[in-house]
Amino acid sequence: MPGLEDYEPLIGRSAVEELQSLAERLRGRRILCINATRLGGGVAEILQRMIPLLQGCGLDIRWDVLEGNEAFFSVTKKLHNALHGRTQLFSQDMFETFLAVTEQNLQRMRLDADLFFIHDPQPVALIQQRQKLGGRWLWRCHIDLSVPQQEAWNFLRPFILQYDAAVYSAPAFVQQLPLRQVLVAPSIDPLSEKNRDMSDEEVRAIVGHLGIPLDWPIVTQVSRFDYLKDPLGVIDAFERIKKSTRCRLVLAGGSANDDPEGEEVLTRVRERAQHDPDIHVLMLPPNSDREINALQRASSVIVQKSLREGFGLTVAEALWKAKPVVASAVGGIPLQVKHRYSGLLVHSVEGAAHAIQQLLRQPDYAKTLGENGREHVRHNFLLTRHIRDYLVAFLTLGRPEDVIQLNGSEPKEEPGLVR
Amino acid sequence: MEILTARMSPRTRARHPFLFKTCLILPEATGLRAATLPQLARLLQEVPEGCIYHHTHDFVLSHHYLSHEPTNDFAYWTRDVLGEEALSRRLAELDIVRYASLEALRETVVRIVNEYLQHHPLSRFKFAGEGEEFFFVKSIRVIMPTRYTASTLAEFADGLQRISVHALYFHIFGVRLGRAAGDNDVSNWLEQELGESTLAKEIAALDPYAHSLEALRSLLLSLISQRLQPVGEMPDARA
Repeated sequence: MPGLEDYEPLIGRSAVEELQSLAERLRGRRILCINATRLGGGVAEILQRMIPLLQGCGLDIRWDVLEGNEAFFSVTKKLHNALHGRTQLFSQDMFETFLAVTEQNLQRMRLDADLFFIHDPQPVALIQQRQKLGGRWLWRCHIDLSVPQQEAWNFLRPFILQYDAAVYSAPAFVQQLPLRQVLVAPSIDPLSEKNRDMSDEEVRAIVGHLGIPLDWPIVTQVSRFDYLKDPLGVIDAFERIKKSTRCRLVLAGGSANDDPEGEEVLTRVRERAQHDPDIHVLMLPPNSDREINALQRASSVIVQKSLREGFGLTVAEALWKAKPVVASAVGGIPLQVKHRYSGLLVHSVEGAAHAIQQLLRQPDYAKTLGENGREHVRHNFLLTRHIRDYLVAFLTLGRPEDVIQLNGSEPKEEPGLVR
Repeated sequence: MEILTARMSPRTRARHPFLFKTCLILPEATGLRAATLPQLARLLQEVPEGCIYHHTHDFVLSHHYLSHEPTNDFAYWTRDVLGEEALSRRLAELDIVRYASLEALRETVVRIVNEYLQHHPLSRFKFAGEGEEFFFVKSIRVIMPTRYTASTLAEFADGLQRISVHALYFHIFGVRLGRAAGDNDVSNWLEQELGESTLAKEIAALDPYAHSLEALRSLLLSLISQRLQPVGEMPDARA
């Protein structure tokens, strides 16, 4: 795994020193991150890269994962969809399953920390034992909470209110709550297998191995097979483009461990695509980072036509590779794509088709958008900026001022501190 | 001060060293959003000062490498979401670093929007779609010392080369906002400690929109270099 110094050529010595200085101020505090899965999805991906780097900075930080059964993950998937605004049916049994698995994890996990960093709704109720465990608690919400289904929100809200602060990816996701709600955009790791530089030969070899001919421009969406990513809408847009522009469509993705709905979506996508040889549907196994990297680099346009989106890491990945992006103006995507400057934002299938066609027909314009996008990502969406924001969030927990002076080492709070 | 200046040279050693600090921003959501211009004007009057900082100064910091972007969030939103080109141009003309207080900056933005609405009454009916509203965000400014200090002009140049763009922005522009300034005003220090009043005035006149922050750093180093060259004190540039 790369160390902090390995990022210096990309972000500069001063940015590395700032990170080291922040980390020094947190020495001696035990930090525990908890989420629902070690593999699959953006959250696990970020933690896999981030934890070793923070440990390398001298932080006492570890990562644990909630254990649950199929019934539990079925409930959490429903909660996830409901928080994104899709109507779901809940029964009291489902909420009881959620709380029972939380209780089992409270018994099982080693919960000795000064700072609990809890990711997403699955482990949110661990805070029930805050009185006993003490410490500061920070809830990291990676999903769009702008129009949650009330039943799900009413169930989760009392737990969230017990946290010291909540972290969201974009301001549009936030509910008005009586606690500090900070904004930390996710990030990509420029040194990961998914984003590292790659030679043209390597790209051609990998894409060829995946069975994608390089004869026509490629339009690609890389996403989990999930209704919220609207893969069927992408096929609709592609069918409009194909009437006048020859190109190929690649829909590539996998399924997270905690997503039982993925198979159903994949089946529907395959049914729609089976009669068109220019549509390539790739169900990629976990750890297909090298293949995704090559697919993005081989593409002329990258699409992210999500109906709802937490952040849309694939947009930042594409921009880092200086690829022009057509993406829905939802969730955190407008933070990454400045319309007409670092990509094109769209609101419909028709808009997506028009924007993709514009970029295919104007390669110079597409190139300019891609290059601007790379600089935007360099300054605002790399892993090192993400780590910096988290360190600042940790250091400012419990400090309500708007201008905070950090001088020397910050005093460690008393063990067992309870708000 | 003129007498002092005449007696000092680029070799002068400050009695009080300059401590380079950095200012990191943690954005905080307010949950407040505006879908129309009247809502924008009304909320602008209510939101904390940190929101005014975020949508002006922090916007510049986040987009400093772009040369043709609007100069603040208000200009970007009114153009790209509401399609109000004329209002956007007026807001883009705001020279945010010339305002000594965020309150004064807030009053000007509100006045510009309200005047525009008076002259364009139909514009009050334009609205942003769901998810594209103007979301008010507050900047929490976290200020901390770096490892760099300077007692001479050469040491100052050396520190300037090594600090981050956040630190650079803080010392050149951020400190003009009194509450965060403390005693870290570059121009004051250069003038009072080293007698470099001309250099201090040149720095005070710098414009964050004309250059990227890295270009601004180069310009600053060039100005200092001109002062140091006769005595050969300019430090070697680091790779």
